Amino acid sequence: MKLNGAQILIKMIKAEGVNTIFGYPGGAVIDIYDALAKQEGLRHILVRHEQAAVHAADGFARANKSVGVALVTSGPGATNTVTGIASAHCDSIPIVVFTGQVPTGLIGNDAFQEVDIVGITRPCTKHNYLVKSVDKLAATIKEAFYLARSGRPGPVLVDLPKDIMQTQVDFEEPGKISLKSYKPNYKPNKKQLNKVVDMIRKAKKPVIFAGGGVIISQASEQITRLAKIADIPVTASLMGLGAFPGSDPLWLGMLGMHGTYRANMSIGHCDLMIAAGVRFDDRVTGNIEKFASNAKIVQIDIDPTSIHKNIEVQCPIVGDCKTTLKGIVQLMEGQKIEDLKKGRPQWLDQIQEWKRTTPLKYDQGSDVIKPQFVIEKLYELTKGDAIITTEVGQNQMWAAQYYHFNKPNHFITSAGLGTMGFGLPAAIGAKVACPDKPVVDVAGDGSIQMNIQELMTAVESKIDVKIVILNNKNLGMVRQWQELFYEKVYSFTSMENAPDFVKLAEAYGAKGLRCTRPDQVESVLSQGLNHKGTIIMDFIVDKEESVYPMVPAGGAITEMLLV
Amino acid sequence: MKTNSYLLSILVDDEPGVLSRIAGLFSGRGFNIDSLSVANTAEPCVSRITMVTKCEPNIIDQIKKQLHKLINVITVNDLTDKKYVQRQLALIKVNAQPEKKADILRIVDIFRCKIVDVGLFHYTIEVSGNKEKHDAIISLLKPMGIIEIASTGSIALARENGKK
Repeated sequence: MKLNGAQILIKMIKAEGVNTIFGYPGGAVIDIYDALAKQEGLRHILVRHEQAAVHAADGFARANKSVGVALVTSGPGATNTVTGIASAHCDSIPIVVFTGQVPTGLIGNDAFQEVDIVGITRPCTKHNYLVKSVDKLAATIKEAFYLARSGRPGPVLVDLPKDIMQTQVDFEEPGKISLKSYKPNYKPNKKQLNKVVDMIRKAKKPVIFAGGGVIISQASEQITRLAKIADIPVTASLMGLGAFPGSDPLWLGMLGMHGTYRANMSIGHCDLMIAAGVRFDDRVTGNIEKFASNAKIVQIDIDPTSIHKNIEVQCPIVGDCKTTLKGIVQLMEGQKIEDLKKGRPQWLDQIQEWKRTTPLKYDQGSDVIKPQFVIEKLYELTKGDAIITTEVGQNQMWAAQYYHFNKPNHFITSAGLGTMGFGLPAAIGAKVACPDKPVVDVAGDGSIQMNIQELMTAVESKIDVKIVILNNKNLGMVRQWQELFYEKVYSFTSMENAPDFVKLAEAYGAKGLRCTRPDQVESVLSQGLNHKGTIIMDFIVDKEESVYPMVPAGGAITEMLLV
Repeated sequence: MKTNSYLLSILVDDEPGVLSRIAGLFSGRGFNIDSLSVANTAEPCVSRITMVTKCEPNIIDQIKKQLHKLINVITVNDLTDKKYVQRQLALIKVNAQPEKKADILRIVDIFRCKIVDVGLFHYTIEVSGNKEKHDAIISLLKPMGIIEIASTGSIALARENGKK
């Protein structure tokens, strides 16, 4: 069968089970767009900025538990993807980004819209390729998908010169992938598993710390089982929210800089930490010397570089979270249950006491809307079943604190890189993946303006996303730091001059609602959620509200500022 | 903390950009490369990179793991605590005024080096050996007037019973 490169590309994308790609055309990919127009079965969603194509692919990947795909042109099209790729890289999200490139004969000649995107993205991809011959195209695409989804997932970029897309060849199915150097280790060492059970038996004050790895490996069931068997309380990183039910009595809340009091105190006082799929980011640990300083630490991770990187652990396990946790649970099930939970009532009482004295709190008066109140109402009205994406900053932290995620893959946020402008395109991707679920982007008035053009994508492609703006007319998180640590010098964080978001929504053909009073919050949310189609709900909230608890950067995790 | 010198022998796919991936990893993560040498091996499509890196002892594991994580890196062998043979090659162009020629030849002889180029007023000396030998001959030749030096990085292979 004679196919040109563009047709091979589409055939191979489909062969990976992909049904949707997010993209933006341009000169170098015009052949691919031609082939796209002449096929069926692969949906293309036209974004309005290449960065958004990658975030949408990212949101799609997280909601769909599969690989997301973006397609962009060369030069500026390619460089616009870099923030999206770096975001996915930080959060280990499997995406494949196809970039157009100038014809092979022109590479290196500073041709029009030429950029060395393989060079530029080397440090922020899991791997990347420049395809130099059409004979290698199919195998390279197959390998790219394999790398993106296997082991510790991540973004892979494939650069496609225009002439390769035009060249016709007899298509041959690529053979089995065999990489000399890349063999991720899924199976944990059995000896280490026994050691963990032994450590649990000896522990009086254990804590489970779940991260994004638990979500990626779909190990929620296993981590829940582990917690229940031995009555071990569970906390999670921002990436791990939803790995363990937020409504469960053993749930501690998120830990870290804006973690709950009881989660952070538990880390300070625990004698055993079982950390699964986490990388001990500085926003989680605070002062590393004082982090879990009384505890023995078990760390489970598929990526050996995550282990001993930021923190010394006593029981490292290289392996897939699901396989490993399953193994631990099996060993525990063969033990006397009482042996596994010695001292637990006292420990759980202590945690209960922390929760009682210092819960998450805010005061909702009758005049000004508190942002936390909006999130709590959102949780109630969606019964905790919506997929929540966020922008970055206070909106992200309040969503994390007050929307009690009960299921995995329902919280989609740029955690590691902290990319403003992530939420709306990610919501578009998530909604495409899960059309039957409500998808809500919790945004700030600052972040939403960073990829606001994607409203048009949502409206055009009839992707029904709900945008909740917690509008405090400020870059709230930076303002909070200025208030607390920079003598209230509010340097360039005021956003008083903002567009009218209701009119803006209408200009894009979406609907807009504004809410200014606490007693309207519920009705506006309910109206917005029930609306068919894309909608912005603009909540004018308290400008002065800060996110608490807060651990000042570099401080011990147990030393929190509380309201 | 005190830094140590580590000798790594890395097999990689012989592909464009591999060296840049490794160099980028080192610069991006703040590791440093003391010397580097790259060439083909007997196996087609495989190159060997021999690298000397200086770091604190707790960092070397992270360096090795990060290297191994690169898709094009096949194996990372830390030779530091093993038995190995190590060489580096240098060409030293030294000022050879008539009255100094005998002295230079004597040094060349003692160090079992070779003179590979002779001019009216200079010798170019080929030195092969470990770093200590290089440092020693350079310090002896310095008073004669070294014009220029070209030197390779270290190359090394484990001995048959590589374990110490």
